[in-house]
Amino acid sequence: MEMSDPAVTPAPFPAAGNITDAEREELRRHGILLTSLEELYNWGRSNSIWPLQFGLACCAIEMIAAATARFDIARFGAEIFRPSPRQADLMIVSGTVTKKMAPQVVRLWNQMPEPKYCIAMGACAISGGPFKQGYNVLKGIDRFIPVDIYIPGCPPRPEALLHGLIQLQAQIKGEKLTGPDAARHTRPEEPSEFPVPEYGAHDLEPPHNPDVWSPPAALDKP
Amino acid sequence: MSTSQVSGFNTQVSAPGPFGGPAGPTVRAVHDQFHGDLLEVSMGPQHPSTHGVFRMVVTLDGEQIVKLKPVFGYLHRNHEKIAENTSYLGSMPYTDRLDYLCSMSTNWAYALAVEKLDGQPVPDRAQYLRIIMAELTRLLNHSCLVGFLFNDLGTSFTPLLYAFREREKILDLFESLSGSRMMCNYQRFGGCRVDPSPEWLEAARRLAENYPRFLDEYEAMLTGNEIMLARTQGIGRLNSTHAINAGLTGPVLRASGVDYDVRKIDGYGVYPRFDFRVPLGAHGDTYDRYMMRILEMRESVKILSQAFRDLPAGPIMDPKAKLRGFRPKAGEAYGRIESPKGELGFYLISDGSPNPYRYRVRPPSLINLTLLEEMCLGHTVADAVVILGSIDIVLGEVDR
Repeated sequence: MEMSDPAVTPAPFPAAGNITDAEREELRRHGILLTSLEELYNWGRSNSIWPLQFGLACCAIEMIAAATARFDIARFGAEIFRPSPRQADLMIVSGTVTKKMAPQVVRLWNQMPEPKYCIAMGACAISGGPFKQGYNVLKGIDRFIPVDIYIPGCPPRPEALLHGLIQLQAQIKGEKLTGPDAARHTRPEEPSEFPVPEYGAHDLEPPHNPDVWSPPAALDKP
Repeated sequence: MSTSQVSGFNTQVSAPGPFGGPAGPTVRAVHDQFHGDLLEVSMGPQHPSTHGVFRMVVTLDGEQIVKLKPVFGYLHRNHEKIAENTSYLGSMPYTDRLDYLCSMSTNWAYALAVEKLDGQPVPDRAQYLRIIMAELTRLLNHSCLVGFLFNDLGTSFTPLLYAFREREKILDLFESLSGSRMMCNYQRFGGCRVDPSPEWLEAARRLAENYPRFLDEYEAMLTGNEIMLARTQGIGRLNSTHAINAGLTGPVLRASGVDYDVRKIDGYGVYPRFDFRVPLGAHGDTYDRYMMRILEMRESVKILSQAFRDLPAGPIMDPKAKLRGFRPKAGEAYGRIESPKGELGFYLISDGSPNPYRYRVRPPSLINLTLLEEMCLGHTVADAVVILGSIDIVLGEVDR
């Protein structure tokens, strides 16, 4: 929305963010809850993240353990593991991504509707982990899709996954819907789908998505 | 998706009807009217019931499976190749990740192969500790398996919650002993890594003692369940000749009535000192494979109680064992154990260098999977999912 004439630009609407926390607390004590649409929207989204039911390797067992009674991911509103990517908000890449599996992972990511988030769970999903030297192991899923949260460990404990989820919730709560620092999914120019690599003669082609990841500068020098 | 015309459909065959009874003429007539195309469905690699990244390409006639092609390799992590470039001890953590539900027994199989290669003796206490760990692992694996099996039957998570409750108890023990929940890295060539405290042993003994209570509770809810019986009895039948010819091992083979248990046949470790029985099935169907697991857990509890009773004092490592800079003499060895999934073997060739010249795993999951099509033919897609669950595969082991 653009206002070319400064004369007709209305004064900024007194948003909830413009009053101090003390004032807001005072109002709350009198039974008046002030909030913005943005806060309400983010609050709702962050407390009902539906992950994709998608296990790759060892970490998937700990992901299941996080959903069971002892760790109970339902406390954070993320217990509804959806078997279909069309219904999921969060992709937990739980385990080693091999070069045979990477195209499917990217395709699943493309099939998820925006807003969507990605957690790389475990050393393998982050960097290839103990299998990094293997000829068939992708050295980190962040070469193809944008990752929001990295959870180290081999495998990470279920508590670590819960911590990662809480971090993701904090990230969602801080997202802006408008303005220059608006969230990624609100900007139409940001891609929602990423090129699916193909298994070529020797390696995946392309070996990484240059829009998402590029090799560290030190490695560029001959 | 490809379609093709069904040809040569013999309308005179009196195939069993959908509920086991003989098919009446009405059923055939309706079927012939709608005869037609085969449907090819790709299940996986992302599928909620394929136990990891496993893919089945099933060809369907109506809802019946006429062809099934398993596709794997989605988790091929180059375990064998990495091990050939790593020291012998360096491969031990990788074996944890082979069968990630049963790291303790996988460790043991590898340690056994290296010990055979080098003629390494193992002290008595370590042998008993290994048996304790292996049988706890069997409890853990079989509990999880029946939980997942019921999940595949459509119970929507509830039995799995009970199974994982027990799993957490065993994992707590493993964690307090080895420092890690799943990847224990506990066995060494010539012994074990840590000696458990008397408190640990007491806690483990109590767990084993109370385990039959969990099994009773579980069985009371599920074993006689009518839906469970209808969905598993007579489904996925496998006769013993086929099973032997394909090299199947473990509970899947024993469900077909073949008395083959490496614990009895090889008598590795100190298993000959233990008094336990090997349950055998009669029909080789999904139900027998499920009962095998339950009965094996009850036998494991018996083994555990004997192990806690007879556990000797003494060292847990052979004093002459050398872990770092380990160079076995040239030769080859095959060490095998009865892992919860079947015969797990490691074949090593040494040329006297610090790395194995060749390192090969005989994964029970992969070999048990080879008869999946045999078991699934003529059944529905929903049954194929249950049959796959009853074989008990772990993709880390299938693809390696």
